[in-house]
Amino acid sequence: MKEMSPVVRTVTKIAFGFILIFGLYIIIHGHLTPGGGFQGGAIIGTLMALYLVAFGATKWRKKIYSIIESSGLLIFIVTGLIGLVAGSFFFNFIGGTGSPVFGQELNTGEMIEGVWFPSNTAPLLSAGTIPIMNMAVGLEVIAGLTLIVVTMGLFAFAGKEGDE
Amino acid sequence: MMSEIPYIAVVALIGIGLYIVMFKRNLIKLAMGITLIETGANLFLITLAYRSGDRLSAPVMTSQIMGGGAPAYSLPTPHALTLTSIVIGVATTALLLAFFMQLYKKFKVSSVDEMRRLRG
Amino acid sequence: MSFYDDLIANAPALIVAIPLLFAFATPLVSKINKGLRNVWAFLAVLLSGALMYVLAWEIFKDGGDLASVYVFGGDNAEVFNVLENVRITFYVDGMAAFMGLIMATVAFGAIIYSFSFVKKYSGQDKYYTLLLLMLAANFGMVFTGDLFNLFVWFEVSSVAICGLIAFRTNRGESFEGAAKYLIYSTIAGLLLLFAIGLLYGEYGHLNIKYLSSAIGAGGSMLMIDRIALGILVTVFALKAGAVPMHMATPDGYSEAPAPITAMMVTASQAGLYAMFRSTFTLYGGNIQNAVEQLDLLHAAGYLLVILGVLSMFVGVTLALVQKDIKRLMAYHAISQTGYMLLGVGVGLAVYAQGGNNDFAEFGRTAMAGGIFHIFNHALYKGLLFLTAGAIIYKAGTRDLNKMGGLGRDMKMTALFFIIGALAIAGVPPANGFASKFLIYESVFRFNPVIGAVAMLVSLLTLASFVKVFYSAFMGPKNPDMKVGEVPKTMLIGMAVLAGMILVFSFLPSLVLSEIVDPAVTALAGPGPAIDFNLTLFSGQGGWNALVFLVVFIVMFILGYLLRLVLGNKGTTPKNEGAKPYLFGNPTEIGGVPIVVSGSNVYWGFIRALKRYYRPMEKMHSGLINEYVFWFMGTIGLVMLALMVLI
Repeated sequence: MKEMSPVVRTVTKIAFGFILIFGLYIIIHGHLTPGGGFQGGAIIGTLMALYLVAFGATKWRKKIYSIIESSGLLIFIVTGLIGLVAGSFFFNFIGGTGSPVFGQELNTGEMIEGVWFPSNTAPLLSAGTIPIMNMAVGLEVIAGLTLIVVTMGLFAFAGKEGDE
Repeated sequence: MMSEIPYIAVVALIGIGLYIVMFKRNLIKLAMGITLIETGANLFLITLAYRSGDRLSAPVMTSQIMGGGAPAYSLPTPHALTLTSIVIGVATTALLLAFFMQLYKKFKVSSVDEMRRLRG
Repeated sequence: MSFYDDLIANAPALIVAIPLLFAFATPLVSKINKGLRNVWAFLAVLLSGALMYVLAWEIFKDGGDLASVYVFGGDNAEVFNVLENVRITFYVDGMAAFMGLIMATVAFGAIIYSFSFVKKYSGQDKYYTLLLLMLAANFGMVFTGDLFNLFVWFEVSSVAICGLIAFRTNRGESFEGAAKYLIYSTIAGLLLLFAIGLLYGEYGHLNIKYLSSAIGAGGSMLMIDRIALGILVTVFALKAGAVPMHMATPDGYSEAPAPITAMMVTASQAGLYAMFRSTFTLYGGNIQNAVEQLDLLHAAGYLLVILGVLSMFVGVTLALVQKDIKRLMAYHAISQTGYMLLGVGVGLAVYAQGGNNDFAEFGRTAMAGGIFHIFNHALYKGLLFLTAGAIIYKAGTRDLNKMGGLGRDMKMTALFFIIGALAIAGVPPANGFASKFLIYESVFRFNPVIGAVAMLVSLLTLASFVKVFYSAFMGPKNPDMKVGEVPKTMLIGMAVLAGMILVFSFLPSLVLSEIVDPAVTALAGPGPAIDFNLTLFSGQGGWNALVFLVVFIVMFILGYLLRLVLGNKGTTPKNEGAKPYLFGNPTEIGGVPIVVSGSNVYWGFIRALKRYYRPMEKMHSGLINEYVFWFMGTIGLVMLALMVLI
């Protein structure tokens, strides 16, 4: 694939950081605001597609993305199985215990004598295994969508198989 | 009446999608038709989450919504169902387009009329 | 609690989680070593299969009326209250454990077979990953107690199967078969999602046990309930491969590699399981209160009977004209699905009549026959597809006209093929006869014409397998074919399934009382106890396979002794009577011999029925648009029938 003009390439290099931070923000805050693993991963997958179109490519490192995808999936299912040991499958064994790794309680405010005092304390480090699973799924979706997009994009020129 | 309009849109989307799959010959149009049916089904699922009232919003846990009385948000279960369905749709569409690309590469097929090697 | 009790309590989740875990790790393992990947995949199937057998033993132990319930993410895996809890649950009762046993057995045979079948292909790590994903999705579909979870496993199963159909990327037709199967399954899945959305919007919960007590609780069936039942039954009939929604099934079955086709049969039967679950359990919870629900189930029973008869007849008549060996077997899979639909449909129609004792007389036998036929069909159809794979492995072609003479070298494969062909045709003493015997006797009480059609279909089944045997194994050796028997692991895979067939053939009553009857109880309520006896009793007669075998051996010995005593006279050739002939015509015209190739053996029969066969061949045109049109037409008719006529 041929690369595009210098204007496109420069803007892509500038936008890379912003889009990456935005996608990671959506993945990590998935248990509080709309978003989560798949949505943030799809944004970063689009970033990879932008890179492919702007810079063109003839060969790429398929192996590293395959490893990332498999490790993301493995973290997901192993978290579920650890929950099995602690209670039942996918049991949220961290949530509500107060540990600093995503275990704190969600606190949205308190009612003192009929007046509501809002506060958003410790919202990111709460909800137990849910952010861990969000990040695992996000990792997997980034790698998976990159594999799909780049394989389809290089398909007409390299002649490899198009099956996932 | 105003709350019935999404359901009319659902019927229209699924109807147009089925018409495309049943009567159009180009392969890419078939993929678009399937995407339309999928969009219609997702719209149907997310419309079921509607609850009428004031100060309602999406099921997000911030202090604006959880504060001062009973938390007021729309039903969260259909949101989860719709997300799952969108993810499944992405996987299916990617696989289908990969098959069409391979068929074009091997047989120069771009219409359903030529994709008839398995019949009888 | 001891480790064993913990294991049993968590077993439904582990049986689905173990193939998933091993599938996700397979790409990493295969980068280390190739042999390790094969061992890894085999370990996954072995562990989950062994756990499935242990769970099934626990459930079937004391008459089979206890069920294992598992709540995901709950505080305690055992205690929950369904009306207040909105978590996803797995509900494993007799019928679900029965289907799980089938899937574990066939997967075990298929993966041993795969080790040497796909050895020369590239992309093997993707093959094993998708095979384990397919196994997890099959287990998930039969264990789940939540409607949306059923949809998710349905779609995972479709995507994994279509990825595997297109495994041979050097042939372009694989992609065509995979694309058609995927389009068909996706549209069905989306309509299923629509029906699930309808039920959720009306009742607010997705749990099957909750919905079974809520549908019809008011005493009447709403229009939404009827529409949802129509869509559910038709979509699951599409997954099972019933006529007239069968169009993409032969395409998918014929292009997949042989062990995958054997597992696709079990995936289709998971669709049958979902259909029975949605009619008996989901819509059958309030039968005592609502008369309209009884009428609706009665109509659904007749609908299943009509679908069954159509499937049986169209499947087997179209199989007689096929030239491709796997397409022929796929049409037979459609035809045998008709038997299962017929048996359970008769059971449902009689169950929902309410008030008289017909169900206790022959309805239960019909249901037991249909459900027993599910297990038998998975075993012998899996064996037949594996032997077809062995034939294709040696012959290099799938065309019946081009192969021949393989029987001289492949003796073990020919023996397995004979066992499978006798079983599918329902010839005693094979296990196919035991389940068909139950279906014949009870369906004859229901309607004699349908019983006669069922027997005719068996006859045509035997005819088409004689044709396949003649084409593939008999005749002079063809110099194009490779010599020698197939590799050992393929033989071991086939032997696993053949061994189960032999066990089922000679002990059918054991299977009926221990495994099938708890499944029928789970669907239709408790009935009279059946205890183990060497004779299989239906309502009106009995069948004992060991007596048949003893009589057969005695007669064979008598015949051999007669031949020794009387001598071998033979025939003396006279002039015109010694020449071979073909349907009254000479076999040579001007010195050139006339050869009837393998797939045209029944040319006279087909030519005589050309008024039936010409429109049929036009209907199966190969255009995907027409496939979808038939599907939508059937949904329209079914919904019309359920809404207006009842």
